Amino acid sequence: MKVSMTVNGSHYEHDVEPRMLLVHYLREVVGLTGTNVGCDTSSCGACTVLIGGESVKSCTMLAVQGDGADVTTIEGLADADGQMHPVQEAFREKHGLQCGYCTPGMVMAIVSLLDENPDPTEAEVREGLEGNLCRCTGYHNIVAAALHAASAKKAAVA
Amino acid sequence: MIPAAFEYRRASNVEEALSMLDGGGEDAKLLAGGHSLLPLMKLRLSAPSMLVDIGRISDLSYVREEGDRLVIGALTRHRDVEINPLVREHAPLVAHVAGQVGDPQVRHRGTIGGSVAHGDAASDLPAACLAMGATFSAVGPGGTRTIDATEFFLGFLETALRPDEILTEISLPKATGAGWSFQKFNRRAQDWAIVGVAALRGERTGVSLVNMGSVPLRATAVEEALAGGADEAEAASHAADGLDPPSDLNASPEYRRHLAQVLVRRALEEASAA
Repeated sequence: MKVSMTVNGSHYEHDVEPRMLLVHYLREVVGLTGTNVGCDTSSCGACTVLIGGESVKSCTMLAVQGDGADVTTIEGLADADGQMHPVQEAFREKHGLQCGYCTPGMVMAIVSLLDENPDPTEAEVREGLEGNLCRCTGYHNIVAAALHAASAKKAAVA
Repeated sequence: MIPAAFEYRRASNVEEALSMLDGGGEDAKLLAGGHSLLPLMKLRLSAPSMLVDIGRISDLSYVREEGDRLVIGALTRHRDVEINPLVREHAPLVAHVAGQVGDPQVRHRGTIGGSVAHGDAASDLPAACLAMGATFSAVGPGGTRTIDATEFFLGFLETALRPDEILTEISLPKATGAGWSFQKFNRRAQDWAIVGVAALRGERTGVSLVNMGSVPLRATAVEEALAGGADEAEAASHAADGLDPPSDLNASPEYRRHLAQVLVRRALEEASAA
């Protein structure tokens, strides 16, 4: 079945099997391997990408369901000139990663969270990340990074 | 994990979906947000021969007031139910429960109708619908019919929906200003409830249970005790009367019976304090 979608601003069109999952389409067909497969059961959030700016788990969506969608993966966050997204910058600043496996999903989930709630409390960040697991249990700095990104964005607007 | 192969059709309206279902044979299934069905298909616990994707029928995503009722289109996503001002005002229990389903990513895709039609005893929204006294509209080849929530959940993942019908609307009696509570007991934030309780106390009193049997259940013994004048603690002691809760890794039936009584008491106290 034909699918066409925009991924990180580029247009793609492919013939895929209906049962192909979006995450496999992104990794194996489009060739963007920044999105990870973790649990493969919609629990861990490693496969989180944005569709129309909202976080979704790409292991629990068929590529054909994304036909016509505007998808953003971790590769699409930085500027063309390499300037990192404020949430990526905050992860570096606050050391928000250890092994790094959950990081792309965490970053995408936080981008969506801050879009819905630009000035979250720490509790709201923790609840907003309930769909993302860090096997290193490095949550403390991940939450700190989310709060740092929120205040950096506020400062940039002010 | 990759689902077994299936034929995929995308419907742009309800009539088209009905005719695709009709032509798809007995194994055709409807796909809405896919957050109940796709995990089962990936585990090969479900292997439909055809999926009819109704996820893009935007006509079925709405919240409207209709006199003393609030009606929600079946394809309204959990996130949209959670933040909708009308739902928050007239059915705050349902808005709250929609915000407790899964996690934000799940709530961006999953729909209220999908959750109800899946009929899982462990999911939150069917219980909220039972406590609210909801009715469901289903459209089939013979037209539209209305099914009371109390007659909808028939058995393990089995509902009163016929294979050729589509759930189109959830209708709730308004519960503006009523007391309510939702108690969800689990070990990890995003998990299904080990036991959950939805309670409504106002003009209408409704108490329902998550994961206390093979279907979402009304706590009828609790409702009867309250109607007979029992206080919260006394009514809650009947929470597990006549029930046969499941046993799994998380809890034995005995533990679930205990949890149900504790959680119903907390739910009634919170709902009555409002």
